[in-house]
Amino acid sequence: MIRQFGLNEALFILSGIQATIALSLIAFAGGGLFGFVVALLRTAENKAVRRLAAAYIDFFQGTPLLMQLFLVFYGLPAFGVQVNQWVAVAIGLTLHASAFLGEIWRGSIQAVPLGQTEAARALGLHYKDRLVSVILPQAVRLSIAPTVGFLVQLIKGTSLAAIIGFVELSRSAQIVASTTYKPLLAYGLVAIFYFVLCFPLSRLSAMAERRLSVSR
Amino acid sequence: MSANSAQSFGQAEAASKAGSATPIIEIVDLQKWFGSFQALKNINLTVKTGERIVICGPSGSGKSTLIRCINRLEEYQDGRLLVDGIDLSAGTKNIDAVRAEVGMVFQQFNLFPHLTVVENCMLAPMKVRRANKNEARDTAMKYLTRVRIPDQADKYPAQLSGGQQQRVAIARALCMSPKIMLFDEPTSALDPEMVKEVLETMIGLANDGMTMLCVTHEMGFARQVADRVIFMDQGEIVEQGEPHSFFANPQNERTRGFLGQILH
Ligand SMILES: Nc1ncnc2c1ncn2[C@@H]1O[C@H](COP(=O)(O)OP(=O)(O)OP(=O)(O)O)[C@@H](O)[C@H]1O
Ligand SMILES: [Mg+2]
Repeated sequence: MIRQFGLNEALFILSGIQATIALSLIAFAGGGLFGFVVALLRTAENKAVRRLAAAYIDFFQGTPLLMQLFLVFYGLPAFGVQVNQWVAVAIGLTLHASAFLGEIWRGSIQAVPLGQTEAARALGLHYKDRLVSVILPQAVRLSIAPTVGFLVQLIKGTSLAAIIGFVELSRSAQIVASTTYKPLLAYGLVAIFYFVLCFPLSRLSAMAERRLSVSR
Repeated sequence: MSANSAQSFGQAEAASKAGSATPIIEIVDLQKWFGSFQALKNINLTVKTGERIVICGPSGSGKSTLIRCINRLEEYQDGRLLVDGIDLSAGTKNIDAVRAEVGMVFQQFNLFPHLTVVENCMLAPMKVRRANKNEARDTAMKYLTRVRIPDQADKYPAQLSGGQQQRVAIARALCMSPKIMLFDEPTSALDPEMVKEVLETMIGLANDGMTMLCVTHEMGFARQVADRVIFMDQGEIVEQGEPHSFFANPQNERTRGFLGQILH
């Protein structure tokens, strides 16, 4: 039975945006929080700690997100840990995003000239104060563009959650496309929705960069 | 806090006159390796409170490494190093405490680019000495006035000339009321016309009785303010003496060669 492509279909696709936004927010929050920790470990003074963080980054950068989601979704139950869909996807996206953000932020932290750390050390500032007052304000400026770039990738990457049962933007478009036989319309609409989500982020990043660079 | 720092110059002066026998830095048989390369060999050096020392020597001789050991920007492998009675060899506990008492000025200034001039000066007193904002600002303005750039207080470092930036760096270090000031070629990155203003600031500091170790090739400065000139080569202290005899009558062959080069 072929359905018409009407308002209901458009609204159905639009409702998928809720899941996409929710998945993105989870990935941002979890990835941001743990990515920050990964970046700190990756730049720690202790060599073993740095190595460990590097291995973590290498693993999650070197394998597809899709496989990571599978591993969590089917892997945890195999170890007797029952998790619902949301928990599994939250873990998977957090692992993935924290590795990428950790690496991006490691680069930003290390791009701050060594002389800055040395001057802060010479003044007697402790690790926390060196980080918060000297290194991070400069690193943040350097990290905005690559961070937003990754977040945009991540929003689009959440479509992979469809594979473990989420009906988010892409999946809802797929459903509508297959019931209406109007794939161009369905996917065209979903493309617009993705664009509406991602475009402001890019603009925001450009704005933030401009604002933060005034003081330079 | 600000009252304290406000008197620091007076205190240093008093200390240099009264207790000129007390060593503030004691270095005994210091050895420093970078991997398999020995950068410092058997360094022995005692610095008295209020003493002004100039260190010179060819590139790669270990001058920077030596003064960077004094505030532990470099670790060393063997020997003893005491700063104001605190043993820097004994673990890492005391390091930040020692660093707060030892000011350092770098060749490349290393001002914090995201902070204004006055904020650069306020940061460490607030974070390390727990000064409140007003105290820290007062202290900062006092030292910015001393280095003669109070009117630049609200600018960012990038808006200043090199000479001005280096004077801010000196003021920033002074805001911690350090007992010792280390200078690592503070005028080498400056255009010639700005060298003088920085040297004058350093001379003023020396005249106020600050204990100073300066790596510099400004021999005029050495003649004018140094109590002692040290010549280093290949990681060793080759020769040292008070400036007059050091320049007039260097004993070591290597010292003569070096002085011949830089005094053309
Ligand atoms: N981080 C490091 N790793 C390896 N070798 C180093 C390091 N820092 C310095 N060295 C080496 O140690 C030696 C002494 O260096 P140092 O910077 O103390 O010399 P310097 O006398 O200050 O020279 P310059 O006048 O060029 O500043 C040099 O041979 C240098 O190559
Ligand atoms: Mg040097």
